[in-house]
Amino acid sequence: MKPGLSPQQALALRRHLEGGLPLVARPYQALAERINADENQVLEQMRQWSEQGLFRRIGLVLHHRALGFTANAMLVLDVPDALIDEVGQRLGRAPGINLCYQRPRRLPQWRYNLFCMVHGRQREQVEAQIQALLEEHLLSDLPHQLLFSTQVFKQCGGRFAPSRTGAPTHG
Amino acid sequence: MDDLDRRLINRLQLGLPLVRHPWRVLAAELESSSNELLERLHALLADGVLTRFGPMFDIERLGGAFTLAALAVPEERFEEVAEQLQGLPEVAHNYRREHAWNMWFVLGCASEQGIAETLQRIETLTGLPLLNLPKEETYHVGLYFPA
Repeated sequence: MKPGLSPQQALALRRHLEGGLPLVARPYQALAERINADENQVLEQMRQWSEQGLFRRIGLVLHHRALGFTANAMLVLDVPDALIDEVGQRLGRAPGINLCYQRPRRLPQWRYNLFCMVHGRQREQVEAQIQALLEEHLLSDLPHQLLFSTQVFKQCGGRFAPSRTGAPTHG
Repeated sequence: MDDLDRRLINRLQLGLPLVRHPWRVLAAELESSSNELLERLHALLADGVLTRFGPMFDIERLGGAFTLAALAVPEERFEEVAEQLQGLPEVAHNYRREHAWNMWFVLGCASEQGIAETLQRIETLTGLPLLNLPKEETYHVGLYFPA
């Protein structure tokens, strides 16, 4: 078995991957040719990166509005500190919740500390879905608000120094 | 977009396998062929339904700092402030939301110091107070859009 990629080859591989995976039948072979390595070395390196959590999957970024997901709501809740982990984990697992984060309160201007993103095709459907979800988890009594987005000024295009390949989903 | 496009998008959101012939695996699952799937993917990227296909690097593990911030912009200044933010490369997403805090955006910088400086610059530029809401805990990240 061949040794792994050199640090220079690994860096070159990452740079190539920033542009996306080549759209060919054997993408790892195509990448290997570009960095003067062989297919197995590239696959081995990428499996390592995947196991280390450097990337979650080889997947895609959707222009979700192009698919009709125009009802984008941010559900914010004021959860007692002692319950935040439990509630966050429960809501995070619930179907339809795409992202779930704890963020700081900024009193007195902002009291909410749990943020969930829900995307849907219709506003009424998203509202009903969230209401049902809160009832199911006995959370309807917690102070909460639903902030629908009505306009997008910049969906991506954020630049940050290390790499442009990830999408900073929600800070 | 037809049924195969939809099934392809849904399947790819779960990730392409790390094997020598990944498209053969998907072709078998979706009862199609490697060439057909690759052509579909080309077309979806060209049409702008998809904006990227490849490994989704975890940018936080690669380094960098992020936050979610909000502004309460007076209605008559909304467009003007949106344009001011549009000009800043650190601003990644900017959404108008129905709330007194009506402008919500994500900042991405190389360092925490960069975030602090950018927040300061936005406050100076707009003359508006900011809510800075960095992530404290992640409970779930799993964007999935059934096509």
